[in-house]
Amino acid sequence: MPNQINFKLNGKAVEVDVDPKTPLLWVIRDTLGLTGTKYSCGMGICGSCTVHIDGETARSCVTPIESVQGKTIVTIEGLAQNGFHPVQKAWIEEEVPQCGYCQPGQIMAAVKLLEQNPNPSDADIDNAMSGVLCRCGTYQRIRKAIHTVAEEVKHD
Amino acid sequence: MTKQTQYRLSRRDFIKLSAGSTAAMVLGLSLERCSKEELAPAFKFDANIYVSIASDDTVTIVMPRSEMGQKIFTALPMILAEELEADWSKIEVVQGDLNPIYGSQSTGGSASIRTHYDRLRQAGATARTMLVAAAAQKWAVSPEQCYASEGYVYLRDSTKKLSYGKLAETAAQLPVPDDVQLKDPKDFKIIGRSIKSLDSAYKVDGSLKYGYDFVLPGMLTAVISRIPTFDGSVKNYDDTAAMQIPGVRRVVQVSAGVAVVAENTWAALEGRKALKVEFDRGPSAGLNSEQISKQYREALEKVDGILRDDGDVSKVAKKPGKHLDMEFEVPFLDHAPQEPNNCTAHFHDGICEIWAPTQNPKRSFDAAKDITGLADEKIVVHTLRMGGAFGRRLAADYTEDAVEVARHFDVPVKVVRMRSEDLKHGVYRPATMHRLQADIGSDGLPLTWSHRISGPKLGWHGMITGGADELAYDVPNVLVDYTMTPLPVPLGAFRSVAHTQNAYVNECGIDALARLAKQDPYAYRKVLLKDHPRHLGVLDLVAGKSGWGGPLKPGHAQGIAVHYSFNSYCAMVAEVSEEKSGRYRIHKMTAAIDCGRVINPDGVRAQVEGGIVMGLTAAFHGQITLDRGAVKESNFHNYRLLTMAEMPEIDVHIVDSDAPPTGAGEPPVPPTPPALINAIAVLTGTYLTRLPIHT
Repeated sequence: MPNQINFKLNGKAVEVDVDPKTPLLWVIRDTLGLTGTKYSCGMGICGSCTVHIDGETARSCVTPIESVQGKTIVTIEGLAQNGFHPVQKAWIEEEVPQCGYCQPGQIMAAVKLLEQNPNPSDADIDNAMSGVLCRCGTYQRIRKAIHTVAEEVKHD
Repeated sequence: MTKQTQYRLSRRDFIKLSAGSTAAMVLGLSLERCSKEELAPAFKFDANIYVSIASDDTVTIVMPRSEMGQKIFTALPMILAEELEADWSKIEVVQGDLNPIYGSQSTGGSASIRTHYDRLRQAGATARTMLVAAAAQKWAVSPEQCYASEGYVYLRDSTKKLSYGKLAETAAQLPVPDDVQLKDPKDFKIIGRSIKSLDSAYKVDGSLKYGYDFVLPGMLTAVISRIPTFDGSVKNYDDTAAMQIPGVRRVVQVSAGVAVVAENTWAALEGRKALKVEFDRGPSAGLNSEQISKQYREALEKVDGILRDDGDVSKVAKKPGKHLDMEFEVPFLDHAPQEPNNCTAHFHDGICEIWAPTQNPKRSFDAAKDITGLADEKIVVHTLRMGGAFGRRLAADYTEDAVEVARHFDVPVKVVRMRSEDLKHGVYRPATMHRLQADIGSDGLPLTWSHRISGPKLGWHGMITGGADELAYDVPNVLVDYTMTPLPVPLGAFRSVAHTQNAYVNECGIDALARLAKQDPYAYRKVLLKDHPRHLGVLDLVAGKSGWGGPLKPGHAQGIAVHYSFNSYCAMVAEVSEEKSGRYRIHKMTAAIDCGRVINPDGVRAQVEGGIVMGLTAAFHGQITLDRGAVKESNFHNYRLLTMAEMPEIDVHIVDSDAPPTGAGEPPVPPTPPALINAIAVLTGTYLTRLPIHT
C-alpha cells in the first residue's frame, strides 16, 4: 500500500513513504536525518520537538505524518537562510543554553511569539513559553533574550 | 622515553575523535574539515595529554570530563589557554574518550574546576615553555629573551615573532621541562572573564549531536518493554505480532525486559506495542510510598551510625517554649534530564565499542566488561554529549541495555528510552525522613541539636547523610545520627546529593529556632556563625543585595538560608507571597556564592540560576511515588518541572576571592528549598516539613 506523503521541509519539497501514523518528529529525525528537533516527552507536553507547520508552532512528537500532506514545515535547521536568525543570535549573546537540548524547541516557540507580538510583555512571554520545559533552568535568560530581540526590532 | 612520548595521543586518536564527531563534539570543526585534514594532515605538536598545537595555529584541547550543560568545555579550556598564552580564537575542544591516562573521568561533585585547575595550568605552562624554547632555538637566543602572548612567541626588543603553529615542529623535538613557571594571577587575561561558551552556536542551530542523535551506518534502533517493578522478571513473551510490524528486525530478551530492535524508532515503538510480555512482578510487588514512610518512622527509634556527637544532648532538660521537635520528609526524585537515557553499542572485530552520553565512562566500561567478559583492550567507550544529566548519567544502566541488545547483532544498535520508561526506571534521589529536636537557652541561643536521618540502606551512608554533620552553627551539644531501611529501589546521586535533604532540615531548623527565640533569622545565624567567615561572607552579601529587613510589597515575605557543600558556600534569600488559590508564588531569589577564584563569572551565574530552578522544582513539584512495586509518575504532566510562568527573578552575586577555585553546579541547590520554606513560614507561622509543596 503506497503511503507517499509530500510536504515542504525547510524550503525543499520532500516525499516520504512511511507508516501514515508515524509522528512527524521521527520522520524528520530518522527518515530525513535532521536531528535538531528533539524527542523528550512524546506527549506534546514539553515542547522540545516544536516545529512550525504552515507558520504555526506544532508539537512534532504528536503530529502524525499523514496530517502534514501538502504543508510547509520549518525546523530549527531551516530557521535562518544564511547565518543565524535574530532569535538565535540573541540566544548566543545572552548565553541562554546550558545543556542545549530543549533550546531548538524554545527558539521555535520564541520566533513564533515574536512574529505575532514583536514587543511581548513578561506575561505574554509566560503565556507563550510556559509550554516549553527546560530542566537546566534557563528561563530567565530566555526571557531576557526575547526582550533583547524585541528591543532590536524597535530600534531598526 | 620522555613524558611526552609516553603520554602522546596518536594522531589516529584525534582523527577518530573527529570522525566520530557527529558524536564526539569537535567544536568548531565540521566533518568536511575533518576529511580535508585527513587528506592534508597538519603537523601536530602533542605537548601533553591535554593540548596539541597544529602547524595551522589551531590549539586542540582534549577534555577528559563530560559536558552536560555546566559549561566546563569553556571554563576548563580557559584555564589551559591562560597559561599557554593561547589565542582564544584558535581554541578547539574535543571530548577525550575513556583513557586511564586521565585518572578519574567521572564528572560530578562540582569537582571539574577544582580538580583540574592546577593540572590544566601546568599543562598550558608546559606547552608554552616548550614553544618559547623552540623560538629561542630558532633565533639562537636564550629563552629568557623571548616571551609568549596570544598565540605568538616574541623576541624582546625586536619586531621578531613566530606563531605557535610555526613553532610546533621544533617544539615537538624538545624535552618536556620538569619545572615550569606559572603565571602570577594578577596577569590573568582569560581567567576571570565572562567569555562566551564555545559551543552555543551549535546548540541554537540544532547541529550539536547528543546521544539520542547519534547515528552510524547500518545502525538499528531498539526500545525495551521493561519489567515494571524493581525486582520482577519476564515470565514469557510472544513476538509474533511484533515481528509483523514493518521495520522490526528482531526481538531479544535482556536483563531489563524484552527489546524490540528495528530499522527506526517508530518501528521499534510499534513493535513494542504489539509485543506481548507477561511479567512476574517479583517479591516487592506490594511496595508503596506510604509503606516506606511507615518503615522510616519506625526506624527512627533505632540508630545505625553516629556522625557527630559533641557534648551531651541528654543533659539539657526540655522546657516549654524552649524546645523544638520537627519531623521532615522528602520523596524520591528523578533527575529527568531533558534528553532521556540512551546508548549505542557495536560489536565488531572482537571489540565492544560503546557511545554513551555519560558522566562516567568508566562505569559504562565496567558494565560492558561484566556483561561480555571481554579483555580491557577489547572495550572502547566514547563519551557523547548529554541533554542534561544532574547525576543520572553517573549510572550505567543505559549502557547495560545497549551492550546486552547489541551483542546479538553485527551492526550498531542504539537503545533509546521514552520519557515514561526513563522516569519509571531511574536511579532516584533517596526519599528520607528526619527528626530534629533542639533546645534554646534563656538567651535564645541553641543549647542542643539532635538530628536523626532515616533513609534507605545504601553502601555509602553519605548518600543520605551528607551535609547533616557539617552544621556550622555554634551549638554546644550536637548529636547527628542515622538509621537505614533496606529497600529494593534503585538509588543514585542527584545534583547536590544528600545536601538536598539535610540543608532543608538544617536551615529550616535553625530558622525555627530563631523564631522560637523571637530573633531575626539573619541576625541569629550571624551570631552562631561568628567563626565561619566564608559562611558569613555569603550571608552578608545576600542579605545586603536582597534588601533584607527592608520594606516589601504587601503580602510578600523573605526567607533566608546558607549552606556549605562541595567546597563552596552559598546563601539565598527567597521572596514569596500567597496567592488567592492558596498556592505560593516565588517572586525573587537573591543568591550569593563563594566558590573561590572564579574562572568564568557568567558561567557561575548560569549554574546558580539553574541550581535555583532545580531546587524550586524539587520544593514545589518534585515527587516520585511508588505504587504496587513500581513508579507511578509517567511523564511531565505528573512529574512537573518549573515553568516560565512560575519562574522568579534571579539575582546572583559572587564573592570576590582568590581562594582556590571550587564548583558551582551543586552548591546553589541545597539552600534554595529552605529559603523558600522559611519565607512561607513568615507568611503562615508554620514550617512546611513535607515536600513537595504543590503537586
